[in-house]
Amino acid sequence: MRQAVELKGKPASEGIFAGPIVTLGAAKTERRASGDPDAERRAFDGAVLAAITGLTTLVGTAEGEGAEMLGFQIALLEDDALLEPARALIDQGRPADDAWRRTVDAEILGYEMSDDDYFRARATDLKDMRDRVLRHLSGKEAHLAQAGAILIGDDVPPSLFLEADWSKGGAIALTEGSPSSHVAILARGRGIPMVVGLGDIGLNGHVEAVVDGGSGLLVLSPDDRAKKLWSDKARDFAQAREHEALFLARPARLKDGTPVELLINVAGPEELDSLDPGHCDGIGLMRSEFLFRDGKPLPDEDTQYKTYCRFLEWAGKKPVTIRTLDIGGDKPIKGLTPEGERNPFLGLRGVRLTLDRREVFKTQLRALARAALEATARLLDEVMADLKTQGFAAQRPPLGIMVEVPAVAIAPDLLAKAEFFSIGSNDLTQYVMAAARDEASVASLGDPSHPAVLQLIGNVVRYGRDHAIPVSLCGDMASEPRHVPSLIAAGLRTLSVSPSSIARVKAALADIG
Amino acid sequence: MNNWKSSSVVIRHAVGLHARPSVKLTKLAKTFAGAVQIAESPDGPWIDAKSIVKVMAMKAKQDSTLYLRASGGDAATALDALVTLVERNCDEDRAHAASG
Repeated sequence: MRQAVELKGKPASEGIFAGPIVTLGAAKTERRASGDPDAERRAFDGAVLAAITGLTTLVGTAEGEGAEMLGFQIALLEDDALLEPARALIDQGRPADDAWRRTVDAEILGYEMSDDDYFRARATDLKDMRDRVLRHLSGKEAHLAQAGAILIGDDVPPSLFLEADWSKGGAIALTEGSPSSHVAILARGRGIPMVVGLGDIGLNGHVEAVVDGGSGLLVLSPDDRAKKLWSDKARDFAQAREHEALFLARPARLKDGTPVELLINVAGPEELDSLDPGHCDGIGLMRSEFLFRDGKPLPDEDTQYKTYCRFLEWAGKKPVTIRTLDIGGDKPIKGLTPEGERNPFLGLRGVRLTLDRREVFKTQLRALARAALEATARLLDEVMADLKTQGFAAQRPPLGIMVEVPAVAIAPDLLAKAEFFSIGSNDLTQYVMAAARDEASVASLGDPSHPAVLQLIGNVVRYGRDHAIPVSLCGDMASEPRHVPSLIAAGLRTLSVSPSSIARVKAALADIG
Repeated sequence: MNNWKSSSVVIRHAVGLHARPSVKLTKLAKTFAGAVQIAESPDGPWIDAKSIVKVMAMKAKQDSTLYLRASGGDAATALDALVTLVERNCDEDRAHAASG
């Protein structure tokens, strides 16, 4: 019996699974070259054709995301821009496998060198495609993983994931890999727990393990007590998810039927793709920062206008609250945010910054005013901005403020002109508790359910109720079922949560009597 | 001598022109008889819109402008179809609705 070993990596797909380990070795593809360029060329073309045929069959059994990934590999294998350089090397006398490997590896290098996570993750798709052709050249079949096992390796190619049998569950633990890889997307879709970036895994003699995808943990050779603990956790996790899933499509209600407005927080248009607007009451916080990325030119008015319209189209008649550019603090953007601030969280950030950089702010406000014509958009900010239309089709959307600075929560009457209050509990908590969110040594002090924070939240809710100003809360605490009861007790009836917590927050609300 | 017709469109998808949209773009480009090329600047360098390897190698990002040009009898149709595809975000919404 080996000593238990616990390794920490990055979470890629939630869930817990315990089972036997299967290691994924590098594909061995030895073959004897014929030495005849014509024969090598025929072998190469045959292997490419066989790979395309194999992938096409696989596409027929895969769904959605999986089918699209395989489609990418097929498109590559049909592209002469990739095949011709390999054929040229073969004509010069290189064996088919060597020519193919060199050609694809040069291409892979281009992806691996990218500074963009997305493009780096595509290197796996190219390796997958490369190895499939190599296997056909050497006549070796792919090694299929057994059902109900934990796959451990450097990386898992998407086609292996799609060919594997997940009917008995399973998990994936990778020394490398990325949470944005195709396999991670597939794993999340199938509910297969997955951890990436574990670094070196000393597998010597370990035959079974536990993967906790949500915490990014791999436990090798757990002892009996640990196994019992993990299997209880896995059962609880599965039961909780099953119970919560029942609430996903239902309206958000307390036990006595009182409706609660449940909105979502989104940080980019790509998040909308997999979300059903029917599951929420609108968008409570759209972070516009994704439009302003480090090292990129500032988005012009038309680009912003079109992007905002996309959110409004998705939401239909439901409300969309768009927060104006909130950078600075822990979100620096070169050329926009000040450099060398000694305490950026207390510095020129948020609306202080946008009021300082008026040309940037004005472009955004103009785009928002134009988008507001399309639907009932609200414009969120830390202070009121008096928006005047300037001869183009636009409308002034309701203007509200974020409540994050304690001064606002203590004396909301000073900002009585706001048309709504949106409490940002993350920043409010760190400012009230004087504990930085990103400082591990004090992070535990930043408890959003601290009585001081809850009193301030209650203060804002009361003021809003007495003066007919809608109040909502969009911080992380609204997404945490354990905090939901105190928010309801504080009088809040509008919460904005992360899209992945809609079901669990609805389930938590239904428990509040 | 190629007689080019040209157009341009802004890429709205959050990860730019990534694998799935690129596959759709090259597949559509291949349905036209004439040459179809794309570039990140109106002065080129122009690359073959029918090659997934070359289209992906551009690593075109979100909010960047994609310049297109086409030649041959169906050049105008080709440009219309490709611009529409990119404007519709390469049908990403629908692709996801179908899979999700």
